[in-house]
Amino acid sequence: MKWRVDNVHPVIDGEPAVEATSALVVDGRIAALGAGLSGERVEREVDGAGQWLLPGLIDLNCHLPEPGSDRGGSIESETRAAARGGFTTVCTTPDTSPVNDSSAVTHLIRDVAERNGHTRVLPVGALTRGLEGERLSDMAGLTRAGCVALGNGGHATASSRVLRRCMAYAHTFDIRLFLQPENASLASDGCAHDGLVAARLGLPGIPEVAETTAVNELLMLAEETGANLHIGPLSCARSVTLVRAAKEAGHSVTAEVGIAHLVATEAAIEGYNGTFHSRPPLRTEADRRALLEGVESGVIDAIVSQHRPSDKAAKLAPFPETQPGLSTVESTLSLGLERVAAGELSRGALLRALTSGPARVLGLDAPTIAEDSVADLTLVAPEQHWMPAVGSLYSAGPHLPVMERELPGVVMLTAVDGRIRHEHEGDGS
Amino acid sequence: MPETSRDLQLTADGELRHFLAIEGLDQALLTRILDTADSFIEVGERTIKKVPLLRGRTVVNLFFEPSTRTRSTFELAAKRLSADVLNLDIGTSATSKGESLSDTLLNLRAMASDMFVMRHSQSGAPHFVAQSVTPDVAIINAGDGRHEHPTQAMLDMLTIRQHMKTFSGLRVAIVGDVQHSRVARSQIRALNTLGVDEVRLIAPDTLLPHEPEALGARVFHRMEEGLRNVDVIIMLRLQHERMEGALLPSESEFYRMYGLTREKLAYANPGALVMHPGPINRGVEIESAVADGPQSVILGQVTNGIAVRMAVMSMSMGGQLNERQSATGEGVAST
Amino acid sequence: MQDIEQLLDRMTDDLREHINARGLSSLCPVGIRTGGVWVAQALRERLGIQAECGELDITFYRDDFSRIGLHPRVSPSRLPFETEGQHLLLVDDVIMSGRTIRAAMNELFDYGRPESITLAALVDLGRRELPIQPDVTGTHETLGPRQRIKLRGPESLELAVEEVPDA
Repeated sequence: MKWRVDNVHPVIDGEPAVEATSALVVDGRIAALGAGLSGERVEREVDGAGQWLLPGLIDLNCHLPEPGSDRGGSIESETRAAARGGFTTVCTTPDTSPVNDSSAVTHLIRDVAERNGHTRVLPVGALTRGLEGERLSDMAGLTRAGCVALGNGGHATASSRVLRRCMAYAHTFDIRLFLQPENASLASDGCAHDGLVAARLGLPGIPEVAETTAVNELLMLAEETGANLHIGPLSCARSVTLVRAAKEAGHSVTAEVGIAHLVATEAAIEGYNGTFHSRPPLRTEADRRALLEGVESGVIDAIVSQHRPSDKAAKLAPFPETQPGLSTVESTLSLGLERVAAGELSRGALLRALTSGPARVLGLDAPTIAEDSVADLTLVAPEQHWMPAVGSLYSAGPHLPVMERELPGVVMLTAVDGRIRHEHEGDGS
Repeated sequence: MPETSRDLQLTADGELRHFLAIEGLDQALLTRILDTADSFIEVGERTIKKVPLLRGRTVVNLFFEPSTRTRSTFELAAKRLSADVLNLDIGTSATSKGESLSDTLLNLRAMASDMFVMRHSQSGAPHFVAQSVTPDVAIINAGDGRHEHPTQAMLDMLTIRQHMKTFSGLRVAIVGDVQHSRVARSQIRALNTLGVDEVRLIAPDTLLPHEPEALGARVFHRMEEGLRNVDVIIMLRLQHERMEGALLPSESEFYRMYGLTREKLAYANPGALVMHPGPINRGVEIESAVADGPQSVILGQVTNGIAVRMAVMSMSMGGQLNERQSATGEGVAST
Repeated sequence: MQDIEQLLDRMTDDLREHINARGLSSLCPVGIRTGGVWVAQALRERLGIQAECGELDITFYRDDFSRIGLHPRVSPSRLPFETEGQHLLLVDDVIMSGRTIRAAMNELFDYGRPESITLAALVDLGRRELPIQPDVTGTHETLGPRQRIKLRGPESLELAVEEVPDA
């Protein structure tokens, strides 16, 4: 397919070009970039109207609930939501049902994504069988089947001994590990940050040390085993400090943070608001600022959606019994742009954390807008606004961090491998 | 920010329509509850201990956690208000069949219940019900997780007022497992709202919440210091699980350090009130001689308990009915 | 407005007649809060009754709970005598619809079955909604649509007619 987009400002390394230009897409690649491309006959002409042309956004942590029950969406619905959010690549999480701990499940995910998906889907397999934290999964097999990394899906390993062995084995095959840091026994039955709000609401708390001791342990084990470690999502200021120290000491660890943790704090759960029940929990304002700082300085390599859609019933229960997780992939970019507008994050840092940062974690070339580069493209109108509303969401999960309020930045078009996968309807939705 | 707590419990006119937590209620309202309870104490002294306020109304006792004592006082209170009472020990039945809390309650509401008295193991459960499930049924919190047990706190406040006449100038110490006590949380809030001089918590670090300042209390680790100049001592029950959870070495160590003996009682002001929400563990939290002694008001709380519950139930029912009137936009024809 | 002392004197005379006619041995006065209590005390003095005045708070017996909820200011009733088998003198300052008296009687019966109840009201405004009539009345009055009557006390009792402010 041949199409062209005109009047756009390509964004390279987080900075939009000063001059507007055109891009010609042929057979999944940018065939030409520059002015004077209108000569070539194309099947579609898109007017970029002075918008940004970004390399397609990459999400390292996007739970796709398939295979699984019918509640909370499918690969089709959630990748469609991701495309609307400007993502061209999403990494799934291993905690599907059944767990992605066999090549059969990996192949299933890839097949369904190939048939029905609206973005590239990179599966992340399970580190241990069933994510039970006791026995190694078929790591090499999973990797061969297409898993780009193996993760713990937020589930702890049974013991440090097992974790060390997992990491050593993974290192053998140079397998990338996506590990969420949480010390199960310190987290115990907690469901909220162990701070002022949980104290007042009488909710069992998850103390900071549940994360920081786990971050420490992961860093040390990665150093010893040589494992390729990507850690997160992080929620504590102290975790950022630990990761910074490790990087400064020369360790090749990478880190991620979920968009919700850059936007909200423990205050969001006041009144027992189950929508903001998250894992890791939303912590204090000081933590939020430190996480933003971490993204700005590059200590945190990637912003992820940590998308976790669930149906209405999942949140209709007393707080500790609600399912943790928010539906974020549709609004991640916009929420980030809002932080930029508030002066809390630079535009460059935001866009890098959604493009080159995640690419680096995956060991891919830095995505760019250049002749002959793959046409994974996101066209964004940064000055326009949209409102996430129950009736018009693409995701099956209605629990967004911000609803019924205008957000900046409309994704006008998303193309994956040259194929247009999302186009904004100009009716205000 | 606890505006949510306040808005949910009150009608637009500031009347009670649910009784979920002490947090969010102001001094005037708490005082009104105590005053109304006084009137119900008087009712309890008559031959016919009933008033017709809740006649024709159905009150459902929904206890997801077992408790004979609290449930029977609620039942008695409802009956003295002339209500019809239904007791449901949901504990294991519906939820074991997988029915969600929402569905269980919606089914009950369909049976024309006017009021739910709820005890649940999760903090925020009654709040959830009042907000999202059945907002037009008056919800009375009989204890939710570690959050609050507001009727117990109010009956303790009534007892304190009966003996000390006023709250201002009082120093009150709460001793024991504060961290796991919803009663303590409610008591701390009530005491502060009613204007005591100081609330103190006396316990080892493992039994204290991480942010006691968030609750409005001063922490002490030793009885001798903590009880000095104190007018009211509230002893909390120590549950056996605390030893198993590695929070305390043994009951005897607890008794040695924090048990209220005659000797320790002497550190407090003379005539200091000794209270305990019960049931008491003699020789663990308190010496028998103190529990049975002249300063103890531990027994005789039952009357106050019934009166306080009658007060919050009638006030909440009144608020709900008021709301319904405003909702339909017309008064019932002159009765 | 008529002189209260005169009204009370007249009521006292009427009560004495009533007591003699019915052959009532002793009367226990019960006033309905707050104005009724003042009037009851005044009558008790004039009649030379030994028994202390009872005070009735009818908040829990009102018939408008479903419309207006629980009245914010309720205080305990106080009956310092047994009502069972007693001749009671129920006193209120103003009677209008009759509902207050009905509530008061319901409450009195929950204390115990009295032998008889004599009803005395300082002011009768008519406009009954229930078939309840005082045995002894101070004065009958008619009010305009925006007027109400108030008994001020307790020191020197005084009846005053007030304009109801715009709602």
